[in-house]
Amino acid sequence: MSGVDTGGAGAGSDVRSAWLDRINPVTKVVIVLVLAAPLLVSIDAVSAATALLLELLCVPLTGLAYATVLRRLVPVLVFAPVAAMSMLLYARPGGTVYGTFLFATVSDDSIALSVAVFVRVIALALPMILLFAHTDPTELADALAQVARLPSRFVLGVLAGARTVGLFVDDWRTMSLAHRARGLGDRGAVRRFFSMAFVLLVFAVRRGTTLATAMEARGFGADIERTWARPSTLSGWDAVTLGGAVALVAVALGAAVLTGAFRVVGT
Amino acid sequence: MHTSTSARTAPAVASSSRFRWRVVDIVVAAVLGVAIGLVFWGWNTVGGLWFVAMDGLTPGLGGIAVGIWLIGGVVGGLVIRKPGAALLVEVIAAIVSALIGNVWGPLTIVSGLAQGLGAELIFLAFLYLRFTLPVAMLAGVGAGVGAWVNELFVGSSPNIAKTLEFNLLYLGTLVVSGALLAGLVGWLLVRALAATGALSRFAAGREARRDV
Amino acid sequence: MTGPARVDVEGWGWRYAGRKLPATRGIDLVVEPGERVLLLGASGAGKSTLLAGIAGLLGGSDEGERTGRILVDGVAPEAQRGRIGLVLQDPEAGIVLSKVGDDVAFGCENLGIPAEQIPARVSEALASVGLATPLERSTKALSGGQKQRLALAGVLAMRPGLLLLDEPTANLDPDGVSEVRAAVEAVVAREGTTLVLIEHRTAVWADLMTRVVVLAPGGGVLADGPPDEVFARHGDALAAAGVWVPGRPVDLPVLAPVRDTDAVLSTRALSVAREKRTVVASGLDLVVPAGAGTVVTGPNGVGKSTLALTLAGLLPEAAGEVVTEASLAARGVRRPSRWRSTELLTRIGTVFQQPEHQFLAPTLRDELAVGPRALRMPATQVDAIVDELLERLDLASLALANPFTLSGGQKRRLSVATVLAASPEVIVLDEPTFGQDRRGWAELVLLLQREIERGRSVVAVTHDADVVRHLGQHRIALEPAA
Repeated sequence: MSGVDTGGAGAGSDVRSAWLDRINPVTKVVIVLVLAAPLLVSIDAVSAATALLLELLCVPLTGLAYATVLRRLVPVLVFAPVAAMSMLLYARPGGTVYGTFLFATVSDDSIALSVAVFVRVIALALPMILLFAHTDPTELADALAQVARLPSRFVLGVLAGARTVGLFVDDWRTMSLAHRARGLGDRGAVRRFFSMAFVLLVFAVRRGTTLATAMEARGFGADIERTWARPSTLSGWDAVTLGGAVALVAVALGAAVLTGAFRVVGT
Repeated sequence: MHTSTSARTAPAVASSSRFRWRVVDIVVAAVLGVAIGLVFWGWNTVGGLWFVAMDGLTPGLGGIAVGIWLIGGVVGGLVIRKPGAALLVEVIAAIVSALIGNVWGPLTIVSGLAQGLGAELIFLAFLYLRFTLPVAMLAGVGAGVGAWVNELFVGSSPNIAKTLEFNLLYLGTLVVSGALLAGLVGWLLVRALAATGALSRFAAGREARRDV
Repeated sequence: MTGPARVDVEGWGWRYAGRKLPATRGIDLVVEPGERVLLLGASGAGKSTLLAGIAGLLGGSDEGERTGRILVDGVAPEAQRGRIGLVLQDPEAGIVLSKVGDDVAFGCENLGIPAEQIPARVSEALASVGLATPLERSTKALSGGQKQRLALAGVLAMRPGLLLLDEPTANLDPDGVSEVRAAVEAVVAREGTTLVLIEHRTAVWADLMTRVVVLAPGGGVLADGPPDEVFARHGDALAAAGVWVPGRPVDLPVLAPVRDTDAVLSTRALSVAREKRTVVASGLDLVVPAGAGTVVTGPNGVGKSTLALTLAGLLPEAAGEVVTEASLAARGVRRPSRWRSTELLTRIGTVFQQPEHQFLAPTLRDELAVGPRALRMPATQVDAIVDELLERLDLASLALANPFTLSGGQKRRLSVATVLAASPEVIVLDEPTFGQDRRGWAELVLLLQREIERGRSVVAVTHDADVVRHLGQHRIALEPAA
C-alpha cells in the first residue's frame, strides 16, 4: 500500500525521524479529523485555500519530500476539476445566470462554488497524505487499543486479518502464468483479472480462518486482561501538534470570516 | 478434578452468543474489508472514470457506478451475520481505499460509515435473521440511500448546493446501482465463496454446502 | 499449573454442523504427562478434528455437536488457554504480527503476563527453537522452516504443558523439515512437554515418539502402542491407508535410464530469471529426451522452478533460448516462450506446485473442460474427453464438486488431469509430490510412468529422492553459481 510504511527503507528524499514520527498515531487520527471537519462547515474558497497553504508549509514537519506529496496528490488533482465542473453546472442558481442547457445552469453562485470546491477537494485530501505516509500498522493498532481504548479484540483481529491479504503478491504472479499455461492467456484480460481476484479472495478467507484458530490457541479473545509489550503513550509533543492543527484551522476559518467569504453549507 | 460422568452434548449456550463476535468473525471481516477495499481502490479508476464522464456533465447519472462502493456492507452482513458486520466491513474497506490513496481522503471513511450504516439498518430490520437475495438487494439500496444522505451535506462538494432534479436523479441511480451492483453482485459473490468451502465456519458456508 | 500436561479423551466424538456424519466418534485415549504421541490414520479419520478438540478450538454448539468429553489436566481445554500450544500446517497462517519479536510476544500479551517479563520470555523462546533473527525482522521475509519455528516460538513463550502439532512440516522443503524437527526435539528434550503430533512423514519423526495411536475411519482407535510394535502389526493396513510406514517403500517399477535419444526440448546457453533483473541460473545447455522422464534437482533457491517454467514456455528466457524439436513447432516457431497460449496448451502442459493456482471453474467437469473449450472443440468431443479423464483418474464421483473442496491428493490429480485434457506432448511438473500422503504419491508416480509409456515426455522438478528414483531416466542436477 503506497500510503502505509511497512518498515522498509523510505524513499530516497524522505526524512526518517521527522517531527511527526514522535507523535502517537491516535493523535494523528484526531489531527486529520480536526483539519477536515471545520472545513466541511463552510463551502468557500478562502478557508480552503488558507488551510491548503498552511498545510503545504508544514510539509517539512512530516518527513516527506515535496516531490512525494505532489506525486500522491496527482489523483486528487485529476478529480478536483470534475467535482468543480459538476458544481459549476448543477449548483442551485444564484446571481447573474450565464447560460442554461437541459438541467444545467451556470450562474455567479455556481462559479463561486465550483472554485471553492476545486480548492476544497485538495485541502481535504492533503492531511491524510501528509499524516499517514509513514505509519506502522502495528503501532497504529497498539495506539487505538491502548490510547483510544477501542476493544483490543477488534483492533488486533482486524490488524491480523488485514495483514494476511497483503501476502498474496507471489500468488498473483503464479496465477497469471497458470492462466497462460491453460490456454487462457491470449484474450479476456478482464475475465482473467476477476477470476484471479476471486481465487485470491478464497485463499485470503481460508488463511484468515486458520489464522483466527491460531490466534485463539494463543489465548486471544479469551476473557483475560491483556498486557502490552509495546506501550503506546501520549506526550507533550502530541498536545503541541494538536494545538498547532487547531490553530491552523482557526486561522483558515478566521480568514474566511474576515473576508466575508464564509458560507455555511446548504445556504 | 472433575469426576462427573457426563457424556452428553455440550451445555446449551446463552442466546446472546448469536450476537457475540467470535475471533474468526473479526479476522474474516478484516480480510473481506481489506479485499473489498482493494476492489474499491481499483474501482476508483474504472468507476471513477465513469463518474468523471457522467457526473461532470449529466445531472446525477454518475450514481450508476457507485454500487460497487456499497458492496462492503452487503457482503459483510451476509457472511458474518452479526450486528455491526455490515458497518465494520464497509468502514474497513473505506479506510483501506483511503490509505492507499484516493481523492476523498478522510471523507471516504465518513462515506463508509454512512453507507455501512444504511446496509446495517436493513439487516437490523430483519433482526439479523434473514439473508436472502431480496434482503441483500434491500441492503444495497439502504447503503445507496446512506451514501446519498451523506453526500448531501458532507464532502468537498455537498450536493445540497445543487438542484433538486440533480439530487432526485442521483438518488434514483444510487438506489438502482445499490440494488444491483451491491446487492445482487454481493449476494452472488458470497454464494461463490461459500461454494469453495472457504466459509465453512459461517452459516453462509454451511447453507451452501450440500449435506455430506 | 506447570510441568507437562495430561490429556483424557473419554468417548469423544464431534460432528460438524451441517454435516450428516460425524468427523469422528468413540475415541478413548489417555496421554500421560511427558508422552510423545504420533497420531496416524487415513485421510478423513478425524485426526485434525481430535487435535482441535484437545485444544478446545472447535467452537460452540452452533458449530457442531460434541459427544463425550476431553480433559486437559482435569479441566476443559477452553479453560486452559496458554497451557496448550498448537502449531498448524500453513506457515503463513501461524503468524499474527509483522515483526518477529512482536509475534512471539503475542501469546504472552494475551495471557496477561506483566510487560517486564515478556522480553525475557521472547528471547528464551526464540533461542529454544534456534531462530537467531533480530526482533525487528519482518516475518514476511522468513523461509517456510523459519516461519514454522517462529510459530513454535510463539507457542513456547506461553510455557505450555502440551504441544499439539498438526502436520507442521507438510508445506516445507527438506531443509525446513529438518529445522523444525530439530527444534521440536530440542524442546521436548529440555522441557519434557507432552507432545501430540500428526504427520505422515513418519520416517522423520518415528524415533522421537514414544507412542503411536492410529485412528480408524468412522471412529475409534485402531491401534495404540510403541512405534515398532504398531508398525510391525499394522504396517500393511497403514500403508494402504496412505501412511508412510518406515521400512515399507512404495512398490513401483524403476524406469531405466535413457541415453542418446532425440530431445524434445533443448536449451542453448540459457539463463533463467523470475523478473528481468535477477538471473538465477545461466549458461545452461540442457536436453529433455523425448518419451522419457526427466527430473530436475538441486538445492533451494538454485532456480529449479524458474527453469521448469522457462522450459514450459511460461517465463521468457533471460538470455539464450529454449527450442523444441521440429514436429512441435507452432507457425514455424520453435521457441515455446513465443507461442500463443492456445498453442502452448496442446504442446507443453504445466502442473504447478499449488494446484489451486490453476483452478478456474465451479465444478470438476467444467474445470477439465477449460482446455478443450479453449481449443474450440465441439461439445460432444469435450464431454468425451472429460468423461475419459474422470474415469482414468478416479475422480468420477466428484464430477460436480467444487475443486476447492477436494482433498490435497484429489486436487493434485485434478490439476494433472486438466493438463492431460489437451493432450500435450510434454508435461512439466513443479514439485508434484509435495505434501502427498503415500497413496496419493503412488497414484501420481504411477500415472506419470504410464504417460511416459504412452510416449509423452515428463519433466519433474523435485526434492524427493524417491521420485528421482522412479521417474528419473534423465537427470538434470542444478548447482548454485560458483
